[in-house]
Amino acid sequence: MTPRTLSYRHGLSRNIWNRLLSSVAALFTALAVLPLVLVLIYVLIKGGSLINMQLLTELPPPPGLDGGGIGNAIVGTLVVSLIASLIAIPIGVGGGIYLAEYSRSGPFAQFVRFGTNVLAGVPSIICGVFIYGLIVSTRALMGQSYSAIAGGMALAVLMIPTVIKTTDEGLKLVPQELRWGAMGVGASRVITITRVTLPAALAPIATGVVLGIARAAGETAPLIFTALFSPFWSDGLLNPIASMSVLIYNYAIMPYEAQISLAWAASFVLVMMILAANLLARWLGHLSRQ
Amino acid sequence: MTAPSTSASQSEEICLSLQDLSISYGNKEAVRGVYMDIPKGKVTAFIGPSGCGKSTVLRALNRMNDLIDGCAIRGRVVFQGQDLYQRDIDPVEVRRRIGMVFQKPNPFPKSIYDNIAFGARINGYRGDMDELVERSLRKAALWDETKDKLRDSGYALSGGQQQRLCIARTIAIEPEVILMDEPCSALDPISTLKIEEMMHELKKNYTIVIVTHNMQQAVRVSDYTGFFNVSNREDRDSKVGCLVEFSETESIFNSPQQLATQDYVSGRFG
Ligand SMILES: Nc1ncnc2c1ncn2[C@@H]1O[C@H](COP(=O)(O)OP(=O)(O)O)[C@@H](O)[C@H]1O
Ligand SMILES: [Mg+2]
Repeated sequence: MTPRTLSYRHGLSRNIWNRLLSSVAALFTALAVLPLVLVLIYVLIKGGSLINMQLLTELPPPPGLDGGGIGNAIVGTLVVSLIASLIAIPIGVGGGIYLAEYSRSGPFAQFVRFGTNVLAGVPSIICGVFIYGLIVSTRALMGQSYSAIAGGMALAVLMIPTVIKTTDEGLKLVPQELRWGAMGVGASRVITITRVTLPAALAPIATGVVLGIARAAGETAPLIFTALFSPFWSDGLLNPIASMSVLIYNYAIMPYEAQISLAWAASFVLVMMILAANLLARWLGHLSRQ
Repeated sequence: MTAPSTSASQSEEICLSLQDLSISYGNKEAVRGVYMDIPKGKVTAFIGPSGCGKSTVLRALNRMNDLIDGCAIRGRVVFQGQDLYQRDIDPVEVRRRIGMVFQKPNPFPKSIYDNIAFGARINGYRGDMDELVERSLRKAALWDETKDKLRDSGYALSGGQQQRLCIARTIAIEPEVILMDEPCSALDPISTLKIEEMMHELKKNYTIVIVTHNMQQAVRVSDYTGFFNVSNREDRDSKVGCLVEFSETESIFNSPQQLATQDYVSGRFG
């Protein structure tokens, strides 16, 4: 009797199925990555070639004229994101600390966690409409309607769930023994949190915050109803302000060549900023693993 | 002798007095009915099979159990004439006077120097911090190994050194009592020996309560020993821990009064 061969047999049905399913999986993976690659390449080609100093620093031209830049939109995106961060980080980190350190997973904490998850899934346009109804249409902010602050608040609503969640989860990763160690040398709860637990969880929290900002900075829908747009330099925080995402939304469909290329340039800058933020987040995440 | 409650000795000054202490987690009772007078300036060891509630009782001595969800305490723990579980007692103040060292070394993610200075700073220490750090490290037999790298992270030390750092950190807040929960269980024999030697020094100034599952260690370091055991409760089939016998270490190991103690120390079960 000859021993059964150990060599690979192509004709075997399990081997055929194996190869077939592996190919299908590879195909779908490629399809999934394709849009990402195409978007990046397209934006790079269309927008990257336009970038120069003038474009980054000047105002957009009036319709029909050539030249100009997106300087006010870059500043506007930074300003609105900064306002959003100033609101969302204290609230989000504070909420996360409450959930992880104080709440002892009671029903209220469960409710807040559930609410946070729901809020994270709410379409961004709803955040815009919410702030519009709350602040813009009622002129609650010193009689002003559309304003940079309203835009920042809309983005903050969007950021808060991310910040709460990452803070909550970052703090939960801190070993319980560390808290006990601090308590064991007579630290109160506040000191334990501020001097031991929070520093230990800083890297994951910072990562989450950066990702939250990056996500918010690219949003259009919440800003259309709140910060509106302005073709000029910012005129204070209580007035409408330009932003790259709304600039793209407004200019990309205009019938003027100059405006369309500005929209492409803004897309490029926005994608680069978000890419940079993600790289920063990865780097911060790396720090935490050391 | 019938009652499991035992006062160590009439002549000793008492540091901590446990009176009918029962502790439960949720609705599951972990230990019940512990009476014990822990003498001042001595080393008291808790021994017993795992799960019998040694750590639970130890944590009750400085209100560490407050940090555990659902942990409830009945009975009294009297320290310097005050019941630690009275309403107006500040648990933070309790932990400043009764420090704790844990099973797993848990230095803070800070420098060696700051690990020790942390407790002193938050306790409002006004003196010379450098001097306090050196003194604490010397008492914990860690000074020679670390004096040149005080700015290095506490994580850069070996497990045994980390544990001594944690002990130094506790000494630095100048407590009256030091509680240690199996401080050597994660350490090699040489580190263990160093910590045991250090305890002989420390008991000149502090009252020490140590949980250990190593009976030789209890014999080597302790003056008094309490033997805990799990007993099956008659009415239900749940297990609950209790103090079987508490006496001078000498007599626990050489002439135990209870059969269970005899069996345990002679290694017949555990
Ligand atoms: N945090 C906790 N939550 C719930 N049950 C606990 C907790 N810690 C200990 N227990 C229970 O209490 C009993 C005694 O535990 P423990 O004090 O850790 O024993 P030992 O230190 O003697 O091994 C065990 O049955 C254990 O399951
Ligand atoms: Mg234990």
